[in-house]
Amino acid sequence: MTQTPSTLIHPAPLNALPSAEGLPLSSRGYWATVWMRLRRDKVSMSCAGLLLGLVAIALLAPWLAPHDPAYGVMNQRLAPIGTPGHWLGTDELGRDMLSRLMHGGRTSLMMGLLPVFIAFVIGTALGIAAGFFGGWLNTAIMRTTDVFFAFPAVLLAIAISGALGAGFTNAIISLTLVFIPPIARVAESTTTSVRNLDFVDAARATGARSFKLIRVHVLGNVLGPVFIYATSLVSVCMILAAGLSFLGLGVKPPVPEWGLMLNTLRQSIYLQPWISVLPGLMIFVTSLCFNLLSDGLRSAMDIKR
Amino acid sequence: MFAFIFKRILYAIPIALAVAAVCFSLVHLAPGDPLSAVIPADAPTAVVAAIKEAYGMDRPLVVQFFSWVERAVQGDLGLSVATGRPVMGDIGLALGNTLLLAFAAAALGFGGGILLGTLAAIYNGTWIDKLATGLAITGVSVPHYWLGLVLVIVFSVQLDWLPSMGAGLDGSGAWKWDWAHMQFLVLPALTMCFIPMGIVTRTVRATVSEILNAEFVTALRARGLGAFAITHHVAKNAAPTVLSVMGLQFGYLLGGSILVETVFAWPGTGFLLNTAIFQRDIPLLQGIILVLAMFFVALNLLVDVLQTLLDPRIKRI
Repeated sequence: MTQTPSTLIHPAPLNALPSAEGLPLSSRGYWATVWMRLRRDKVSMSCAGLLLGLVAIALLAPWLAPHDPAYGVMNQRLAPIGTPGHWLGTDELGRDMLSRLMHGGRTSLMMGLLPVFIAFVIGTALGIAAGFFGGWLNTAIMRTTDVFFAFPAVLLAIAISGALGAGFTNAIISLTLVFIPPIARVAESTTTSVRNLDFVDAARATGARSFKLIRVHVLGNVLGPVFIYATSLVSVCMILAAGLSFLGLGVKPPVPEWGLMLNTLRQSIYLQPWISVLPGLMIFVTSLCFNLLSDGLRSAMDIKR
Repeated sequence: MFAFIFKRILYAIPIALAVAAVCFSLVHLAPGDPLSAVIPADAPTAVVAAIKEAYGMDRPLVVQFFSWVERAVQGDLGLSVATGRPVMGDIGLALGNTLLLAFAAAALGFGGGILLGTLAAIYNGTWIDKLATGLAITGVSVPHYWLGLVLVIVFSVQLDWLPSMGAGLDGSGAWKWDWAHMQFLVLPALTMCFIPMGIVTRTVRATVSEILNAEFVTALRARGLGAFAITHHVAKNAAPTVLSVMGLQFGYLLGGSILVETVFAWPGTGFLLNTAIFQRDIPLLQGIILVLAMFFVALNLLVDVLQTLLDPRIKRI
């Protein structure tokens, strides 16, 4: 039994696809196949490239940014796009927009990725526990998620953030809480459908303990679908996180963050409309890339097609 | 079927209670005392105790919760800490405006979504399909508060065609069905319709193209039915799925309007919620979230019941 559980679930179509070298694909593993299919998808690859670029710029912002993002020159406020020295103009306090957008990416990307990642870990654990053990544990976990589903996501995030108060950590906490229930639900339904498959029964008959069953057989089958689902949440999380900052519930000034920049530049739409559009454009492009990449990943991982 | 509907209605009661409990516990999530916004820090302890007694905050939490629920059911959500007015009255006024905006956005979004999704499914793989799916993914990826800002810049600042904020000329928010009032609705509704349009387009496209590939449609074609008759059959089969998505989206429009209402200063529940957050007016915050969440619970119930009526094959719980 060296085969991975994933190929056990969908064995046939792997052989049906001819590979680039003309060799049968059965020698290729599941993830290698997914990667190969994703690599052929031009849209996904350009999105992945763009996102990698954005992450690299955000990480290297302290070295790449031409100016200090917090240093404003009062007689150079709201300089238009194309001003020499400030190629993307300056904001309402005379701070360089390009530097602020670069530094803002650090906070914004962190606020988009971290909650989904934490929720992925906690939600998958809860969902697998609920699906695998069933019974009262399932009832307790799934009925609790039902309560959270009774709130629209935006409202829940704003309600928790509003009650906890503004701040980076509180925004991360509220967004994580919003994303745990949907991830737990996907993990639970996938686990339930895997739990009673023959190979799990067979492993159980050989005397494998629950923990080993979960680690070897359940996890491999559940992580894929949950991962795809979680990637589709990143764009929602980016938009929500920037929305929280836009309402003043996220990071506090003068920390550069795209949502907060959009909020403070909102006052300047009559003076320099196109500068106030820039931070939102960054949120839009990032979230669009995450969505397209998630779609590409979904179709690459859907071996049945 | 009626047994299912009855069970579904019964199941909504514990959910509603749990939702109320979450709203109630928001007060205790908040750092500091809920009354700290109104009581000065140097107030004598006797005065603080008297105020706490007046608000009923000296009693055990469970007792407070049930008396809060009891009063909420009767339409009394307490007094706003900031203004001293009954919370319910303020919410009632704002809710009308939010519903108006949500209905307008839903009409645009659902109409556009059904049209685009159907076209994309019929002309699968052509440029029409690509355009529709492109619009759909843009709709779900765009930060709507930013889209609102862009629309304001284009149509209010540059072209000066439409007003950028408020819901009426005198600012009172009294609504009339004439252009002088309707023009205030255009930009917020347009901004908000993009997300439901994107999601409905995707759902309709997936559902309709699946049905169009079903064998019974081929059979209908073979029998010589015209396009209109086939559309009727397809619509009937797609309705339950599309309806449930639209129900959910309408709920999101109601509950998620805070950002767009803030951009356009639209005097609805979202704008009120924003005010409540900044004045740390916890009773108002609690009340708005409770009312919106209850709407959402009721809407989910309605969708489930309608779905069962439309499609008797669905048997759940």
